Amino acid sequence: MTELAGWGRYPRHESEVLSPATPTTLPKTIADKTGFIARGNGRAYGDAAIGERITVSTRGFDRIRAFDRTTGLIRVEAGVLLSDLLNVVVPLGFFVPVVPGTKFVTIGGMIASDVHGKNHHQDGGFGDHVEALTLSLPDGSVVTCSREENADLLSATIGGMGLTGTILEATFRLRPVETGWMKQKTLVAPNLESALAALQSVDDVTYTVAWIDCLARGAALGRSLIFAAEHARPRDIDVLRPGAPTFPSSKFGRLSVPFDLPAVTLNRMSVSAFNELYFRSGAVKSGYPFLVHWDPYFFPLDGIGDWNRIYGKRGFLQYQCVVPTEKAGPVLERILDQVSRRGAASFLAVLKRLGPGHGDLSFPLDGFTLTLDLPVSDDVFALLDELDRAVVAAGGRLYLAKDARQSPATFEAGYPGLARFRETRRAIGASGRVSSRLSMRLGI
Amino acid sequence: MTSSKSLLLLGGTSDIGRAAALHFAQAGWQVMLTARNEEEARRNADDIASRTGAEVTTHRLDVLETDRFSDFVGTLPRLPDVVVCVVGELGDQSRAQSDLAHAAMVIRTNFEGPALLLGLLAERFLERGSGTIIGVSSVAGDRGRGSNYVYGAAKAGFTAFLSGLRNRLAPRGLRVVTVKPGFVRTRMTAGIKLPPVVTAEADEVGRAIFAAVEKGGDVIYVRRVWRPIMMMITGIPERVFKRLRL
Repeated sequence: MTELAGWGRYPRHESEVLSPATPTTLPKTIADKTGFIARGNGRAYGDAAIGERITVSTRGFDRIRAFDRTTGLIRVEAGVLLSDLLNVVVPLGFFVPVVPGTKFVTIGGMIASDVHGKNHHQDGGFGDHVEALTLSLPDGSVVTCSREENADLLSATIGGMGLTGTILEATFRLRPVETGWMKQKTLVAPNLESALAALQSVDDVTYTVAWIDCLARGAALGRSLIFAAEHARPRDIDVLRPGAPTFPSSKFGRLSVPFDLPAVTLNRMSVSAFNELYFRSGAVKSGYPFLVHWDPYFFPLDGIGDWNRIYGKRGFLQYQCVVPTEKAGPVLERILDQVSRRGAASFLAVLKRLGPGHGDLSFPLDGFTLTLDLPVSDDVFALLDELDRAVVAAGGRLYLAKDARQSPATFEAGYPGLARFRETRRAIGASGRVSSRLSMRLGI
Repeated sequence: MTSSKSLLLLGGTSDIGRAAALHFAQAGWQVMLTARNEEEARRNADDIASRTGAEVTTHRLDVLETDRFSDFVGTLPRLPDVVVCVVGELGDQSRAQSDLAHAAMVIRTNFEGPALLLGLLAERFLERGSGTIIGVSSVAGDRGRGSNYVYGAAKAGFTAFLSGLRNRLAPRGLRVVTVKPGFVRTRMTAGIKLPPVVTAEADEVGRAIFAAVEKGGDVIYVRRVWRPIMMMITGIPERVFKRLRL
């Protein structure tokens, strides 16, 4: 038995861990087992990748099986890390069509969570780009799922948190890029209302995201920096960074947090100082386009090794909700107000636009998503339960890949596709057999 | 990235083999992978080809089927410029003490098969007048220890074979390299506690193997710390050594 946790280091559960060497041996590995779930690189924040009894690591499935350098069509095993894939494809002029906020995730995990990126309003979730996947079903069979074949199983598996079986391989098309740079523009929004408006005003830009200084209070509540970016073209380099290599190497060293910082380092003062610094340094470059290496643009926190440890031993919760556009203003304002009032700290608060999602349990819906980090404390759970009620009342929901604590009622209210998902689970014999701590907690 | 050089990698499903082949492919080499399980070798071949654009083929070979070696060499698409043998099987020492079939399998996999096949290829290299042979042996072959002497003895045999081959081929300008990785974190050692300082990653070994082609060397300890360690271990008088629990 091994003690497992997600990236938030809360909760922790004991589980047996199995590591099949190849995708072909996996069906045999799980043949007589019950209470298992697949685990990629363990970057889901809560309890999604901890099996009820058994956790099956897919990290041995790390081969790229086919890559057409002309069309960008690629077939990979589910345990391939996004970081690994990007290092291979970017120098060849390709990018992964949708990437989450960390590159240390597996492709299988990206499908199971139907991850969204800063381009969801334009390009949908990662699941929308999956042309086919192979899935190991609980009965030991392996099936191919695509829009033409087993389409129901495909929409259950995209965003299905591994609960329909284990993804073994996936085929998707990469996006051609001309350089390894991002051309970024920063906008400043003095409060939440203008941040929401600013995000909508840059809807025609491929990648947009807002960082909120969530400790700003009163009239400045929700003051933000909005980053809008496109993959840079060669002429952007000529103008903005003449002489720079088209595909810059990754020379951005990693600074690791080697031990658990005491929670006190994250008090109101330190977080406030961090945010002030971030707001200032971003504001300086406001309005002017500049070039950023793709890596720090998409994955700023990956540069700080084990940043999840700065929240101390008890771990932290990442609260990510989405609220439909028309109700987003008041609900998000209330959330920010509650959090800032308590000084409950958020090392980062991120606001993004989302479009509709397509998997049965996909998180995205047409609206705004807000993400906050909160260290685990005795009173944080009651605070979040209160926020949940506002989110659900507005027709919103919480992201399962981040969740460690929502109630079954909150979950059911937020996910109307649940009935269909449960039906699919029953039909393939996954109910009760394929189960994670998350599915147990939420009664999936 | 254009080079007509080719690598024959014996042991194409091993982690070290995969890492080594990737380094050659990245440098533009054409790669032939052999394995008993060709489907599994195909995974590595696809992966290496996808990452590098190199041509990677797979060839079925069971290192215990020694009577088929001549056919195997004859049917290869080309005689390689370099052959790397990473074939190995740790086995189970306590089982090997009473299960003769298991002991024979360990000895044949680590010594008989690799030695016969490399010997055969050496003759072909001699006929052609060029070729480099790289054999991955083990520090376990430097001195027999109670905890793994069946594997160790087989590796000792392999080390001696490579040494002799090197001695014979050197005057003809052909190179034979013995690589001793020490502990390596791979599937073969999964579940065994390994001390970090003396434990290499598979990629490190792969790089060392490729570097041996370019830079030369006869006997290579991947982590240099192993050379003094093994000198000490081989230097202990037998009357003392036999009482140590190793």
